[in-house]
Amino acid sequence: MSDIIEARGLVKRYGEVTALDGLDLTVPEGTVLGLLGPNGAGKTTAVRILTTLLRPDEGRAVVAGIDVTRDPQGVRSRIGLSGQYAAVDEHLTGFENLDMVGRLYGLGRARSRARARQLLERFSLAEAGDRPSKTYSGGMRRRLDLAAALVAEPPVLVLDEPTTGLDVRARQEMWDVIRELVGGGATLLLTTQYLEEADQLADDIIVIDRGRAIAHGTADDLKSQVGGERVELVLRDATDSRAAFAALATVATSEVQRSESGRTMGARVDSGQHALAQVLRQLEEARVEVVDIGLRRPTLDDVFLELTGHVAEEHEQTDERELVGTKEGS
Amino acid sequence: MTATLTRPETPRRSTTPASVLSDSWVIAKRNLIKIKRVPEILVFILISPIMFVLLFAYVFGGAISVSGSPEGYREFLIGGIFAQTVVFGSTFTGAGLAEDMQKGIIDRFRSLPMSRAAVLIGRTASDVVYNVLTLIIMALTGLLVGWRIRNSAIDALAGFALLLVFAYAFSWVMAYVGLLVPSVEVINNASFIVIMPMTFISNAFVPLETFPTPLRVFAEWNPVSTVTQAARELFGNTSPAAVTSDPWSLQNPVLYTLIWTVVIVAVFAPLSIARFRRTSA
Repeated sequence: MSDIIEARGLVKRYGEVTALDGLDLTVPEGTVLGLLGPNGAGKTTAVRILTTLLRPDEGRAVVAGIDVTRDPQGVRSRIGLSGQYAAVDEHLTGFENLDMVGRLYGLGRARSRARARQLLERFSLAEAGDRPSKTYSGGMRRRLDLAAALVAEPPVLVLDEPTTGLDVRARQEMWDVIRELVGGGATLLLTTQYLEEADQLADDIIVIDRGRAIAHGTADDLKSQVGGERVELVLRDATDSRAAFAALATVATSEVQRSESGRTMGARVDSGQHALAQVLRQLEEARVEVVDIGLRRPTLDDVFLELTGHVAEEHEQTDERELVGTKEGS
Repeated sequence: MTATLTRPETPRRSTTPASVLSDSWVIAKRNLIKIKRVPEILVFILISPIMFVLLFAYVFGGAISVSGSPEGYREFLIGGIFAQTVVFGSTFTGAGLAEDMQKGIIDRFRSLPMSRAAVLIGRTASDVVYNVLTLIIMALTGLLVGWRIRNSAIDALAGFALLLVFAYAFSWVMAYVGLLVPSVEVINNASFIVIMPMTFISNAFVPLETFPTPLRVFAEWNPVSTVTQAARELFGNTSPAAVTSDPWSLQNPVLYTLIWTVVIVAVFAPLSIARFRRTSA
């Protein structure tokens, strides 16, 4: 498998600020690379360099065999970009948008039109296709934007935060669409600040923070980097706290962490299944009642926290929680 | 459907004059669709020239007399109003571009294997349509207030054509300004600074005889004066008495205006295109 995107030592500075500080990345053909990081980590700068919108101060990037600084026009005819902000013309209809992009890729009139209709169909926009895109929902606009990136069937797709700002349902729909593309063998560079999104869609993940790659691997690799499984439990009655703590301590490979109330606790363990069975046995013998107990694998959130020392996108997460909260409340 | 998705050889686009033209047409078409979708823009664009004609004809018209009568002033005035309005219209080019630059669509264009210049050529080209509409409306309004074309239809058409060509050149100036300003809100003020002196220190509204010497010299060589003068001559609106000791520019207004037009495009088109290539939104 050859690398269809290859970047070495990308550096970009804006005055005092170093947006990219020697970023390396490779994307083998037919795979999905997730570039994961918080706002301001340098994801968008990297994407802009790889899609010829920005010249790096240092470093070299080759996309589909072409150097991005030497032959940007050559790169442009081989990539499809779907940006963070849906780059569609709000006054044009969905069809007109796609047709315009097709013509600008150099497709002939007939082919461009046929392709536009085909993509509208594929992205469930056929009905809305002749309405100005101003009337579209956020999710529809993103789908249209993604469709625009696919007009010329480019060998490389770059999606810059494709679901940022979408509600939960629209995000899910977007994921389905992207999964389908991936299933069809597309090569994809995807940036995201959602750990779950990288986990769901990417074969390979690069965690980026302050312009540098700080970790690289599959979602599983990254999770095991943080440590193995944890046993976590919630007690019915806080008075059992001491007994449960003791039970957990017999299998723990880390300090047992306990909540203030003493009802919730957890610890890292080595072989999860055995550890869980042993804890259960001991709790049984001590007649401790639990409302919940189980094995938990670390999430990419844990990975991120461990690697960067700060939580990814606190604001976004708060928003999400609020959103879920309102949904449940209504 | 997967059958139709077999990958064609990715088109490798090289920029040829034909591809620049075709890309520019695609962009111009996109700009024109906006007129169709937001007709309010058109309404305002067309109302302001009507207002100009009426305001100047009736507010200033009474106070200024040319060839001894208010009717004479109206006749004199219309050419000036035409010139002023098409020059003002170029602000629209700058505003449209400044607006595009703030939106995601410009990143889409930049990431496509299209001609960079086409974004600007398409923009200036679509604005010619606005100017055509504006001129038609103004001419009709002018006819209502007593303006008459006293030359042949061919001359008159040449007069309109010259106004359009000059306006086209000027829209490249504003395209450049539109790329310099950080937001659409700034463009109106920025263009005012350029356009107000150019249109007012000219013979568009008043005869030059009353100007103090430095202003008069500026006005005599100001292309807004010469395009106005050319329009008046081609419409047959000049009074024989007025032509006295004019400098070369006003003696040969058509030629002089065309020279300016070429120079403006030759300077501002490359400047704007270079600026557009450099800026990263």
